[in-house]
Amino acid sequence: MIWHSSVNGRDFDLDIQPSETLADVLRNRLRLTGTKVSCDVQVCGACTVLVDGLPVSACTYLAYEARDRQVLTIEGLATLGGELHPLQQAFIEENAFQCAFCTPGIIMAAKSLLDDQPNASRAEIVAYMEGNLCRCTGYKPILAAIQRAQQGLA
Amino acid sequence: MPALLPRFTIDQPSTLAEASDLLRGFGDDGRAYAGGTELLLAMKYAGLRYGHLVDLKTIPGLDGIVEASEGLRIGALATHRGVERSRLVRERFPALAQMEALVANPRVRASGTLGGNLCFAEPHSDPATLLLCLDAQIATSHRELPLSEFLIGPYEVALEEGELVQAVLIPWLPAGWRAHYRKVQFHERPMLGLALAIGDGQVRVATGSACPTPRRSASAEALLAAGHVDDAADALADEAELIDDFEGSAEYKRHLIHVELGRAWEATVASPVAAG
Repeated sequence: MIWHSSVNGRDFDLDIQPSETLADVLRNRLRLTGTKVSCDVQVCGACTVLVDGLPVSACTYLAYEARDRQVLTIEGLATLGGELHPLQQAFIEENAFQCAFCTPGIIMAAKSLLDDQPNASRAEIVAYMEGNLCRCTGYKPILAAIQRAQQGLA
Repeated sequence: MPALLPRFTIDQPSTLAEASDLLRGFGDDGRAYAGGTELLLAMKYAGLRYGHLVDLKTIPGLDGIVEASEGLRIGALATHRGVERSRLVRERFPALAQMEALVANPRVRASGTLGGNLCFAEPHSDPATLLLCLDAQIATSHRELPLSEFLIGPYEVALEEGELVQAVLIPWLPAGWRAHYRKVQFHERPMLGLALAIGDGQVRVATGSACPTPRRSASAEALLAAGHVDDAADALADEAELIDDFEGSAEYKRHLIHVELGRAWEATVASPVAAG
């Protein structure tokens, strides 16, 4: 099938298989390897990207579903001039990653939350972020970074 | 390495009748495709293979949530997120909105559909257990049947070849009735779900996730109506065919049914504010 979609603001027309996942297309065809695949069963959240603003697990989500829609990955967050998104900046300032394999997914999930609920409470952030797993840093700096970004976005 | 999906084609019907015809034509090599959150996983890791997926999302109008005269009508393709956020659901069935808000994770809720969830009949899942206590009916392409008859067993529902679920119908709860859903979950899927609906001196209670198929229990309902919560928990556990699995032993699940039924009873009977 011919897949037409916008990824990080750029339009693409690709000939893909209907059975390709969005992660396959992003990583293997577009070389956007910031999106990580870890558990591969939509539990860990490492592959979180946004489609029309909503979070999806790119590992188990057909690229087909993103046809004629807007896909946003971690590579699309900074400005063209290289200025980091407030979430990215806050993750650096709070040292909210160690191995960082989960970080792109966590930042994209946090973005989907803050776009929808900029004033999410600490409890609401924790509840929402339960779908993203980190196995090394611990969640405190991640939570602190998201809260810091809330101030930066306000 | 991520698993590759077996190759398939995707058909895009524009009517339910067209989708039914396609599926009948494909027979065992075709499957209806909605949110894909269960189906694609099973195709990656459980060896399910289909040469043709029939995408129901290209049929307009299957995701609406509307008021019908007899109750709420939730289109089969409404996502968990859509149900959770529907004002109608929040106002009329707050327990349903609360249950949906805790299904899986935000990514699954954004893609997964209520109809797909019920059709897949994964035992470790939330919606069916609560919907049983709300007396939900399933509207298919050619009939209506109670959810309790629709659910046959794990991964098995009463759909004939080419028959498709159109909507979930939930009759309005009479004034004064309250519903409540609780779950226990340690891993990615719930280990126990427990639903309760109470009003007019009657009680409906159902368990799910700890057993092969979510079920109500008439004897537990009679015991609860008489106020015997502990005996009701035993009856519920006896009838649930509790299973030992990696989530825990059947004995542990029996214990949890006592704990959670007690809490649900407390929340529903004692503090109406906290209940649905």
